[in-house]
Formats: sequence, C-alpha cells, structure tokens
Amino acid sequence: MERNEILKQVNAIFVDILDNETLVLSDSTTANDVEDWDSLTHIHLVVAIEKGFGIRFTSQEIQSWNNIGELVDCIASKK
Amino acid sequence: MKTFSQLKKNLKQDFNGLKTIKIALLGDSATQFLVQALRATGYEAGYDLQIWEADFNQIERQVFDPSSEFYEFKPELVILFHSTHKLLAKYNKSKPEYFQQLADNRIDEINSLVAAINGQLSTKIIYYNYPEINDSVFGNYANKLELSFLFQLRKLNFEIMKLSTQLTNFYISDLSTIQNLLGHSALFQTSVYINTEMVLSIDALPFVAKQTVDIITAMLGQFKKCVILDLDNTVWGGVIGDDGIENIQIGSLGIGKAFTEFQYWVKKLKNRGIIVAVCSKNTESVAKEPFEKHPDMVLKFDDIAVFVANWENKPDNIRLIQSILNIGFDSMVFLDDNPFERNIVRENIPGITVPELPEDPADYLEYLYTLNLFETVSFSNEDTERTKLYQVEAQRNVLQQKFTNETEFLESLNMRSLVEPFNKFNIPRVAQLSQRSNQFNLRTIRYTESDIELVSNSDNFNTFAFTLEDKFGDNGLICVIVLKAEDKETLFIETWLMSCRVLKRGMEAFTLNTIVDFAANNGFRFLVGEYIPTAKNEMVREHYSKLGFVAMTDNKWLLNLDNFENNKCYINKK
Repeated sequence: MERNEILKQVNAIFVDILDNETLVLSDSTTANDVEDWDSLTHIHLVVAIEKGFGIRFTSQEIQSWNNIGELVDCIASKK
Repeated sequence: MKTFSQLKKNLKQDFNGLKTIKIALLGDSATQFLVQALRATGYEAGYDLQIWEADFNQIERQVFDPSSEFYEFKPELVILFHSTHKLLAKYNKSKPEYFQQLADNRIDEINSLVAAINGQLSTKIIYYNYPEINDSVFGNYANKLELSFLFQLRKLNFEIMKLSTQLTNFYISDLSTIQNLLGHSALFQTSVYINTEMVLSIDALPFVAKQTVDIITAMLGQFKKCVILDLDNTVWGGVIGDDGIENIQIGSLGIGKAFTEFQYWVKKLKNRGIIVAVCSKNTESVAKEPFEKHPDMVLKFDDIAVFVANWENKPDNIRLIQSILNIGFDSMVFLDDNPFERNIVRENIPGITVPELPEDPADYLEYLYTLNLFETVSFSNEDTERTKLYQVEAQRNVLQQKFTNETEFLESLNMRSLVEPFNKFNIPRVAQLSQRSNQFNLRTIRYTESDIELVSNSDNFNTFAFTLEDKFGDNGLICVIVLKAEDKETLFIETWLMSCRVLKRGMEAFTLNTIVDFAANNGFRFLVGEYIPTAKNEMVREHYSKLGFVAMTDNKWLLNLDNFENNKCYINKK
C-alpha cells in the first residue's frame, strides 16, 4: 500500500472520529496541531485505524508516534 | 447497534427540552468513554442524562464522606461500577488465606456503600456485575476449589443477585450477559486498558450504555406492556389458510422446533404479565383453528388477550387492539415475519417497536434475546393475572353494548372497592402502578418501594390504595392517592393516579368521596389538586374541574369542603 494512500485513509478516519470535515493531516502534523486530539481521543482513533486497516498495534507502539508521519510508517510496516 | 463513533455525534445535538436525569457514575476504572456513551444513548431514548463522574477510583472516598461532591451533586440515580480487573488485582495482592473470603468481603463492601448512600440520598442504584475472567491458575480444577478466583467471582455474581432481592433500590446491570453475547475479547481490549485504564472496549460501549439506559427507561415508567403477533410464519411455519392445520410446521421436528421454542418464549412473557395479542391477515375461524385443535400449540386461545384476524390492513387492526387495551403504542412490540407488513406498521403507528426479524425463523429467538425488549424494574403477582383482566374487560364491553343507559349498566356491574392505607401487602403493587401509569396520572410522581415506605411511615402523609371488583372479576389495586397536609385546613393531593382499565366506572367520584370523608373527619376544609402536564396525561387535564374543583393559578385546583356534596356513584365500600 502506498504511503500516500495510507495518509489519505488515516485522514478520513480522523475526520470521522473527530467530526471535523476540514481537517487535513500531513506527515508533520502532531496532536498539538489538531483540536480535540487528546489522550482519550487518541485511543479511539487508534482503535478505528486498527479496524480500518485490519491491523493491530502493540501497546508500546500506540504511545510511540511523535507525528502523523511516524503513525503512517508504522501502518505501512504492517501492510 | 450504532458504533461508539456514530453515537458520539449525538453529543453535539440539542438536548434542550429533553427530560433531565442527574446521574452519578462512580467506578474503580476509568469511565470517561462510558459517560459519553451513556449520554449519547440517553439522547436516543429522549433523555438529557446529566452525568457527574467521580474521579478515577474514588468510590469509597466519595460515598463515605458526607460532604463530598457526590452528595453535593444530589444525583437522582447512582451507577456503581466495580471492575473484574480491579477485583482480580485485589485478589492477587491478598494473602492466600484470604482468597476464599473475596466474594464475601466484596458483598460487605457493597452493603456498606449502599447503606451510606441510602443514609444521605433517596436514589436508585445501578450496579454492574462482573464479567468473568479466568486467571487459569488452577485450570478446570478452579471449579472445585473455593479459593480460586473463578470460584469467588461466580459466587460473587450470585451473591449480588441475592443481595439485590433484599435491597429495594438496588438494581443490577448484567455486564456478564453482555460478555456472553460479545465474547471476552470483544468486551475487553488490552490496548485500551493499558493506555487508558478503561476496562470496556470501544466496541462494547454502545451495548453497555444501551443496557444501562434500558434500565433507566424502565425506572421512568416506560416499558413494553404488550406483544402483538402475526401468525403465519411467525407463530407457526407455513400458511394456515393454504397448508391446512395438519401441514403447518410446529412441534419437535425440523423447523417446527424453532416455532415451538418461540411460542414457549411468548408464553413466558405472558406469564410474566406481558399482554399477548394476535393480529393476522386470515379468516378468523381458520386462524383460531390451530389454537383450538393443534396438539403441539404451546400458546392456547386463553393466552391471547385480544385476537384480531381479518383482511383489513394491520395498522387499523393494531389501532383496534390499542383501543381495547388502552395502552400507549410505544409500549407495544409487533412481531411479523413479513417485511412489507413491518414497514407499513412502522410507518403508520408512531412509537411502536417493530423488530427486524431475521429471514430464517431458526434465528428469531436468538435475535430477540439480544434486543432486551422487555426490561422491567418490578414484578408482582398481579402481573401474572393481567391477560385474564383484559379478557374480562372485553366481556364487559360486550355487556355494555346491551344496555342503552349507562347508569343501568354501572348498577348491573355490582362494583365494590376495598380502601386501605399503604401496607406491606400492597406496597409492591402501589410502587408498580406509580411506575406504570402514564395517562391517568395527575402529577406523574414515580415511587419505588422504598419511597412508598417512607411516605407511609410519615405523619405528614395520608395514603389510600383502592381496589375494584365487579361481577366479572377482580381488577385488583387500581387507584392510588397520597395526601399531604399543607396546614391545619388544607390537604394537598400529592398523587392521584388510576389504572386506565377502570375508566368510566365512576371510580373518580368514589375516590373523591372517600378522600373528602377523610378530610372532613380530620378537620380539614380545603382540598388542593394539581395537574402537571406530560406528553401522556392529556386525558386528565380537566379532571379536577369535572369533579367540581375551582381553578387557582399554575394548574392548581381548589375544593371547598363546606359546599361539597357527595358525587353519585355505583361503587360500594367493601
């Protein structure tokens, strides 16, 4: 799966969970840049991404990403 | 069932105008998502659940400190959520010689929590029971060993049920059943637990929230009272009019088994007090034949309160059933295998519940189990008699048509009423009637059994419970009055509610005569009544004016006893 494809799909999941139609993610986006992306919502996003891509993250991975780029890399490594 | 993400969108809706309920949620694990799921699910049921959430793991501190935020919040309902995980952690930390006291100790804790809450608040408590975790330390031998975690856990779930039979305001939300339905790996997700301390997975939240809101809804007096059944391919396999009585499928063979088991389920509902009605497109005599002649029919003609079989459309027939039973459409469930009939009923009868029965009759029951349609917060002996009461009502209707004049009809009924204050024998039924009555209910105050005990033990209140019987049978306890002395001269009618089964019998007049007698004998000069409008009690808007009360302000009504003359009625005191 192309990295770009993954980013697009992750973006769609964020839009749905955060209920924010205008949200545009890039590799450098962090939690600080996105309204409502707190630690609780994070786990909700993670579960939705797992479901969307049909993968499972380890508990450590979930806390390890510093930005969207690293999240996308992690997904790519599992596809 | 909606997913948690879909549910969450409700949180942005306008909650204005919805009935508000103040709920305190106290858990020993993190509960933020559960709060969101509850509030969002409450919205779908028409409630604005205002939830105060105790900080993580603060149950004891909040409950045992009389000046805590918990008591300051003054909840109308308390949800206590002890998790199996925290229980396991406790077990792990305790000395082996205490292992086998785990369940008993937890029961003691629950008892003292409930006692502390009851000392400060008059509230109902919902307690989540424990989904099982098997720590697999003893393998299957755990079942044979009292000190194993599994043994203690199962014992605890059983002991909680026993406890709830003794505590009238303590209700269990059966989390364990949800785990049976979804499986442990769906109820509990390690990544969520490790990262957030929450023991419920995202996917399980809607199920847990729905079950909790089901209980709350039933507590507020909204629950299903009637199931309306289609016949062909719903109650038996095949089409009676085409296949004939010897060819319909029912009994112990093949798919017949599914219909037989379905009928046993309906029969249990009927025995529990759910009214069973039939609405079938058939020639009446043909539709009745299996009930009378088929040896394998579990449901008998006697089980059906109202039997409607004709070629009219189903919405009209359901309206007919409604007019006989006199209950709201929102308390009815319609079961029909035919999607066309389901849709036409759904579109034309607002409020009725029409489950989307699976195509394969073998799946009917499993599907119906998951819907939890018949939640309740009470059960009394009277429930088991309900079908008979409605059948008798149908006979009365036939008799009434023979009399040209209402007075003669009422006289012919030979009605008698037993009037008693609340006592330990009638309290369960009084509480239940206060929860069930929506239409003939002037102020719609709901009482639990414990509320009723408080009221009946208080000097400020006077209570009356009325029964009504006539030559056809006994309607049981059908009217409840609570009077509160406002001052030496004035009695306020805090509650006046009546079962709609006994409308148009002069029961209102008899009730008023009775309370006026009581008031006069105790030196009171005025009776004050109040009408608090709800979506369902339009019927009694003019109740007090019809009885001769004079309008005051704010929907309040005054009766001066000096000029009162007994209303004519045909009911005698028993």
